[in-house]
Amino acid sequence: MNTPTPVLRLENIVKTFPGVRALDGVSLSVLPGEVHALMGENGAGKSTLMKVLGGIHQPDEGQVIVNERPVVMNGPLEAKALGIVFIHQELSLAEELSVAENVYLGELPTKGFGRVDWHELYQKTDAILAKLKVGFDAKTLVKDLSIANQQMVEIARALTVEAKVVIFDEPTASLTDAEKRVLFDVISDLQANDVGVVYISHRMEEIFKITDRISVLRDGQYQGSVATKDTDEEGVTQMMIGRKLDLTRKESNHELGKIALEVRNLSSGKAFNDVSFQVRSGEVVGFYGLVGAGRTEIAETLFGLRNKSSGEILLNGEVIDVKSPRDAIEKGISLVPEDRKGQGLVLGMNCRDNMTLPQVDDITAGPFVAEGAEIAIFDQYRDSLDIRTPGWKQDVGNLSGGNQQKIVIAKWLSMKPNVLIVDEPTRGIDVGSKSEIHKLLRKLASKGLAVIVISSEMPEVMHVSDRIVAMYSGRVTRTFECGEVTEDNLVQAISGVSKLA
Amino acid sequence: MLRLSKDEAIRFLGKQGILAAFVIFMLVFALAEAKFISADNVLSVIRSSAIIGVMALGVTFVVVSGNLDLSIGSMMSFSTIVVLDLHDKIGPVLAILAMFSLTLLLGALIGFLVGYLRLNSLIVTLGMLSAIHGLTLTYSGGKNMDISDKSSWFSFFGQDSVMGIPVPILIFALLAALLGIILSKTPFGRKIYAVGGNGTAATFSGISRSKTVFFCYLISSFCVATAGLIQASRSLGSQNTVGQGLELEVLAAVILGGASLLGGAGTIAKTVVGVLMLGFIQNGLLLMGLQFYVQFVVTWVIIILAVWLDIAGKRGKLWSPLA
Ligand SMILES: Nc1ncnc2c1ncn2[C@@H]1O[C@H](COP(=O)(O)OP(=O)(O)OP(=O)(O)O)[C@@H](O)[C@H]1O
Ligand SMILES: [Mg+2]
Repeated sequence: MNTPTPVLRLENIVKTFPGVRALDGVSLSVLPGEVHALMGENGAGKSTLMKVLGGIHQPDEGQVIVNERPVVMNGPLEAKALGIVFIHQELSLAEELSVAENVYLGELPTKGFGRVDWHELYQKTDAILAKLKVGFDAKTLVKDLSIANQQMVEIARALTVEAKVVIFDEPTASLTDAEKRVLFDVISDLQANDVGVVYISHRMEEIFKITDRISVLRDGQYQGSVATKDTDEEGVTQMMIGRKLDLTRKESNHELGKIALEVRNLSSGKAFNDVSFQVRSGEVVGFYGLVGAGRTEIAETLFGLRNKSSGEILLNGEVIDVKSPRDAIEKGISLVPEDRKGQGLVLGMNCRDNMTLPQVDDITAGPFVAEGAEIAIFDQYRDSLDIRTPGWKQDVGNLSGGNQQKIVIAKWLSMKPNVLIVDEPTRGIDVGSKSEIHKLLRKLASKGLAVIVISSEMPEVMHVSDRIVAMYSGRVTRTFECGEVTEDNLVQAISGVSKLA
Repeated sequence: MLRLSKDEAIRFLGKQGILAAFVIFMLVFALAEAKFISADNVLSVIRSSAIIGVMALGVTFVVVSGNLDLSIGSMMSFSTIVVLDLHDKIGPVLAILAMFSLTLLLGALIGFLVGYLRLNSLIVTLGMLSAIHGLTLTYSGGKNMDISDKSSWFSFFGQDSVMGIPVPILIFALLAALLGIILSKTPFGRKIYAVGGNGTAATFSGISRSKTVFFCYLISSFCVATAGLIQASRSLGSQNTVGQGLELEVLAAVILGGASLLGGAGTIAKTVVGVLMLGFIQNGLLLMGLQFYVQFVVTWVIIILAVWLDIAGKRGKLWSPLA
């Protein structure tokens, strides 16, 4: 059997940004009907390479070859016309428009005199949505959808054209397991129709489940490709970071301290109800549940972003009333929020200023911000979290997704909190840094910090927590002590099954 | 090997383009009309820019915080009329104090509506534009205001010079230095950028959006009062509509300087450059003998060009389907 001709080839692509050589002579080919994983550390150049493919960036050097013909693309619509469809890492939807308008943005079906044919638009969109088995319709406004559902709208976009190549840039970062399954079905449909799929993700289990071939980038350079069945997690990690990863959890034998945070019968509207738990200093408590289980809302209430309707919060044994984030910060509570672009960062502001924003009132010399002290903080956390950026002056929006997330984490660690709440802390973070962050959370706990980790990734909560609070639909279903938890009983606890028993 | 690609060239043009265009403009005019760069003319341009300039400083705060202020022209008329009227009644010192207090009160009202009640700033300040105009007319009964004692020391702010420098220019320079430092060097300034850049992220960082926006409007109204003082002192008499239309000129200067109407970007230094550019362009056109009305058109063409170059520079292309 001879190998099929690639639908797409990239040859020696070079792309530089001021201060960064993001792509340094990368070549890659995508075959029809294959799912091709693109892997690499945060900032390795994956998104940039795909943006070159999607017509968003023009390469400085090198060629894009579609169906054996070199092409030059001056924008995403030109790429789409060639059959290249791109689902972005960062959501890029028009929030005020309907789902249908977003799905067909730029190419709405028309009837005479350029009028939009709404009937056809809604019909075609609903047909696609049916395939995706989502719970909303074509007329819904995008701003009314959850992040996960917005992601599904992005995916729906890919199904509007006769695609030859579909690029998924970390599509599952905010999807639930059920939504993931639907996505994987969509991908195997595409595959069956001889579409080439490029799939970027930091989640190893997905990579080994759905991809046929893995290509790896490191620091903008192509490291090679392997058939997925010929390698394993360790092998890929080795290619990505050039060394083996130490995944063992260092058991520190530190004593747990006093109860730092206690929540008694806390409720907030419909979001969650009658929630009670304790976190000792020195302890990591994981919150596990499906999206919508109310975990984020609990965090927001603890951080003064949401009003409680009843119940009480105790900090070091004293009842406290947190009216605003400022209150929470002054009491030593930090929150790493789940949506880095919307809640975590000010895009357009540089890395340093983003990192020190919550404490800008405190690092002063006279009436002025002490910029030297700020830079010192930045340097410290850039080194300890291995944040890849040319310098503190870089606009945080120019950092890769994972490095942006690290800036948010650094921002809240540098507040030296007593209680640290992290909501999906490793979303979009590469395997190496992920284990670094897990180690860091354990280390902080061993120094007496009380840590709450909210995560939708089971391996993450199981790995990092001392105890796990399982939630379903706004209620705590079970609290697992250390050693009690297994995958099975955890799944049960968050699906509401155990309530029947 | 130094190689400048087309994209890089455009990016450079975008970064320095407005300034470069301005320098070329100045050279052409200087060659065409020697009078243009005479010390007298330069000083007079800066002096007549001072009123616009002072207000542009305040508006920069508002714009960086992600809002607009269209009420400043009518607010300036109000300040001017009030201080002129009270001058004869309670004397210059008290008149100035009263005028500043009243104007700050108006600023606080806008700050409350936009900051604390989260009403859209365009709507609020557009409404305030006509409401304050009504207030001014009610106050004055529609009559022009004049100071009877034309030799009052009150004329100091608009007509005198200190060490050869006209006082309006001094006020503009001092205020620019002060506000420039506040915006770029203090925690308050940093918060303004955060609130304008991403209000939600600012809230998650423990910054009070309401308070920050409120103070921006307060600063803006302080600048308006200062501009009103200069205006009143310069003319010692005024119509009710003296500030009419200035909001657009001020906004033009601020944008020309490179502040983003989306919020989160802009500096006092750039605004000052914008103000001077606008002043010199208008002056140059006038010297060329262009009709006064044609000036409006040409000014706007230049501004549109400036904004376009700015955006093109940011995205590295003259045109892009991605905004
Ligand atoms: N518009 C830009 N301006 C400047 N630098 C950029 C820009 N876009 C990307 N970069 C830089 O290029 C490098 C590669 O970024 P890219 O987003 O491709 O990484 P990535 O592999 O997708 O990482 P992640 O896994 O974190 O998403 C990074 O160092 C990033 O800071
Ligand atoms: Mg990326």
